[in-house]
Amino acid sequence: MPEKYHIKTRPVPPRRPRIGKHGVVDWREDCARCHNCVKKACVYDRYRQEADYIRNLSEVEALFFDCMGCFSCVQDCTKGLLRLAVNPVYERLGNSYWKPDIIKTTWLQAETAKIPVSGAGYRGPFSGPGFDSMWTDMSEIVRPTRDGIHGREYISTSVDIGRKLPYLALQGDRVMAELPPLVSVPMPLIIDLSSPVHTLPQLDALIEETAAATDLIAIMDARHQPATESHLRHIAFYLGPDSPPVPAETLRKTRLVEIADSPAVIERIKGIKTIHPGIVTSIRVELTATGLHRAVELAGMPEVEAIHVMADANGNEIGVRSPRFLKDMLRHLHTTLIEKGIRDEITLIAGGGIALPEHMAKAIICGADVVTMNLPLMIALDCHLCESCKPGRACPARLETIDREFGVGRMTNLIAAWHDQLIELMGAMGMREARRLRGDVGRAMFFEQLEEETFGKLYGTRTRH
Amino acid sequence: MAPERGIKELLPGNTLKTRVPQEHVERVIRLAPSRYRNEIAKYLVHRSQDCRRCGKCGEVCTHHVHVRNPGFKYFGEPLHHLCIGPACEKTGHYCVKHCPQGALSVRESPMYQVLGDYRWSSDMILATWKMAETGDVPPADYDYDYECGNSGGGFDRLRFKFPKRPPVALREDEIDTSLLLNKRGDGRPKLKIDVPWYGGGMSFGSVSNVTQLSKARVAVAFNTFTCTGEGGYMERMRPYDDHVITQVATGLFGVREETIQRVPIVEFKYAQGAKPGLGGHLLGDKNTVAVARMREAVLGISLFSPFPFHSVYSIEDHMKHIDWIKHVNRRALISTKVSTPTDVDMVAVGSYSAGTHIVHIDGGYGGTGAAPDIAKKNIAMPIEYAIGKVHRFLADEGVRDKVTLIASGGIRSVHDVAKAIALGADGVVIGTAEMVALGCVRCSRCESGRGCPRGIATTDPELAQKMELDWGTQRLINLYSAWRKVLVSILQRLGLRSVCELRGRTDLLMHLDYTKDVATTT
Repeated sequence: MPEKYHIKTRPVPPRRPRIGKHGVVDWREDCARCHNCVKKACVYDRYRQEADYIRNLSEVEALFFDCMGCFSCVQDCTKGLLRLAVNPVYERLGNSYWKPDIIKTTWLQAETAKIPVSGAGYRGPFSGPGFDSMWTDMSEIVRPTRDGIHGREYISTSVDIGRKLPYLALQGDRVMAELPPLVSVPMPLIIDLSSPVHTLPQLDALIEETAAATDLIAIMDARHQPATESHLRHIAFYLGPDSPPVPAETLRKTRLVEIADSPAVIERIKGIKTIHPGIVTSIRVELTATGLHRAVELAGMPEVEAIHVMADANGNEIGVRSPRFLKDMLRHLHTTLIEKGIRDEITLIAGGGIALPEHMAKAIICGADVVTMNLPLMIALDCHLCESCKPGRACPARLETIDREFGVGRMTNLIAAWHDQLIELMGAMGMREARRLRGDVGRAMFFEQLEEETFGKLYGTRTRH
Repeated sequence: MAPERGIKELLPGNTLKTRVPQEHVERVIRLAPSRYRNEIAKYLVHRSQDCRRCGKCGEVCTHHVHVRNPGFKYFGEPLHHLCIGPACEKTGHYCVKHCPQGALSVRESPMYQVLGDYRWSSDMILATWKMAETGDVPPADYDYDYECGNSGGGFDRLRFKFPKRPPVALREDEIDTSLLLNKRGDGRPKLKIDVPWYGGGMSFGSVSNVTQLSKARVAVAFNTFTCTGEGGYMERMRPYDDHVITQVATGLFGVREETIQRVPIVEFKYAQGAKPGLGGHLLGDKNTVAVARMREAVLGISLFSPFPFHSVYSIEDHMKHIDWIKHVNRRALISTKVSTPTDVDMVAVGSYSAGTHIVHIDGGYGGTGAAPDIAKKNIAMPIEYAIGKVHRFLADEGVRDKVTLIASGGIRSVHDVAKAIALGADGVVIGTAEMVALGCVRCSRCESGRGCPRGIATTDPELAQKMELDWGTQRLINLYSAWRKVLVSILQRLGLRSVCELRGRTDLLMHLDYTKDVATTT
């Protein structure tokens, strides 16, 4: 049996106090000092930990909020002095798309590298915008699972990037056609370029090392100097409109390169291919109003191997009054390419708004081969997404002082947790190959469709959306 | 239930030898207040230092919020949970207005915001507690919006279209809420339960002894069932054998011939709504000495049941399983618990053809003691979609009246029960609602460490002591009584003689997103 893809992880606790959802408000002046104080009985021992924390406090503004919200102390206090409240700092985390819940679960995964497991049923809304309006299917047991899966150790998450031939011409056992280069990645994930707001000097080095530790590929600025030559196979240089050329010697040691879309993009591909014929090129297309059209156009060109479509950070179409979401754009693009009979020839990479591991699986179901993300890695480093990354303003997560152990450890943990959760979803679906997940909308259920089949049939047209 | 006099013919010899006398539990409503000193309240009443202890507040308040014990000079802490809030002003009994010193104030409790979530709103939790305390519907004064949660879809957008006057005038005692579980006519007992719901599977391991026994005792009181879950069959459950469903799940934990022979219903758990396509999870911390012994497992190891049943890959294999149980227990009914994939309708029909009596579909938003968050949210469809799909397909195949369709996974209140039945189910299975009645606040910490900090879903001996069996039983009896009352009143308003008549009556429902008649934004 070939060696399985495995990411080595270790727990990496946060450097700063955890920002929990709940906090206890304590009216101490009325305390009767009774000997059976509920604070001693906290199942999670939080009060003692809090006291220890305050005793060793080094900075004034750091608060301790790690209450689990069980209400036990609140309800048992002899004088009823304790109240539970939602932590306002927690509520301020992130934004309307990157909700506090997403940030909290990402922090947890970056710390433990484990799949978040909890008790009690689902707590969220029935459905929601974007990826929340679809459910993945599962394989019920009273019929054979589709791939005859017996165990998740047999699930392969690896995918290929590059151009594929529509058919193979064979003469005897010999393949007549020349096979285009392919890059295999062990999970359908590429680390995207860092956002310009997170331009920390050491960040790229940490991402580079994370990519090497997870055997993935990270898209990096063309100016980036890798720490070691061996890391070059985990780097895809991004050649923007004004990027300096990457030295030919360096380029030859990489496997993938990303080029900004431009009218001269085909010429650039040809230029790169003359330097390194074995490299796979990907074109970065922003999903603006004309983005999808451009992606379809590019897909029809024989020189194009992979197209990286990018929505904005929240997964929306860029610069449009009523934007479509990545999920819908991907479905449209995937279907269009199928209709044109060219879907299998090119690789579709999708990014923007991929915040949770389920988004990775869902984007693939909607038609992407591979997804890209970067912001979740920033969150793994304890980033609050407060968007106040300006010189002179203090970063609440102290991102500028992150060391290698912490940075690479947390980002690696997060990727490992995402990988395990992808396997979890695929296991439930009875899928054995991430390659086969692509575009398989038959193995997903969409809100609009289920509503129409269930309530539309009974009560007519939907009047509220 | 199987009549006692016929039990000798039905039960195998060795089971009869080990059968213990069955316990009787009376269906009597008794007050069962919260086991905590400070009940969580919607409003907080604050008494400032200006209070001159005149006692006016205690005189005017009709809800007994202000209590001064005899012989005491000062009032005690106001009983916040009894206060109906600023709406009291209209009643003329508002203490804040009557206080000559202006020492009283009432405001919404910050904890009201903390409690609850989209699916289980704060009002729903508070109202369930009230029902479990009093055995009746919460008084209208409290203005709990407990019929629906805030999830924005499914049951929360469905409403009954009650006629202004019932088409048939019925007395409450004329209305039948019982449900026949065996519709196959195959000579096995025609079990009938008094209410169209029974308790969901919760294993010993996921919940405490007291919780399991409270569930069993309420099942006796209401002549319905409770389920052991997949963790085996506690000896202490034996006095309730006639109201127990035992589960054969993929881990086969604690499944023994003898336990299968004891019970009237055996349930195959193929999948669970909270984690469809994955096996059961019991994290290592909760695998205590007692649990490990019951499950014949190693102490402290996380127990993940496999998925699927590796002996079942087709309906024929499923039939083989059912035949096995039917052979081992000649009187047992078979229930098949499956989750809700796209083809849940096919699964249901297949399961019927394999010989099951009850098809139990568990929707994607179902309860659990431990499940991956990614699975809870994303895998399989919500039950609201699955019920109608299965109901119609069974009808189209001409077998609808030969099988009992039970729905679960997100049935939080009796209104959900009625809506599920109107969508096409015969009855439902409840789980989380019982936990809430026992004092659950849905903090989602059942899975690890010592388990539930409130002593419900835990096997930690110290935490489990937080709840007493009599109290737990009474809370559940009260909840069931309140639910039955509401169900009867729903049927009465709709002019239906029995709950069976409600099945599949989608014409009695409306969906707020599909109408312009009702102005609502919630």
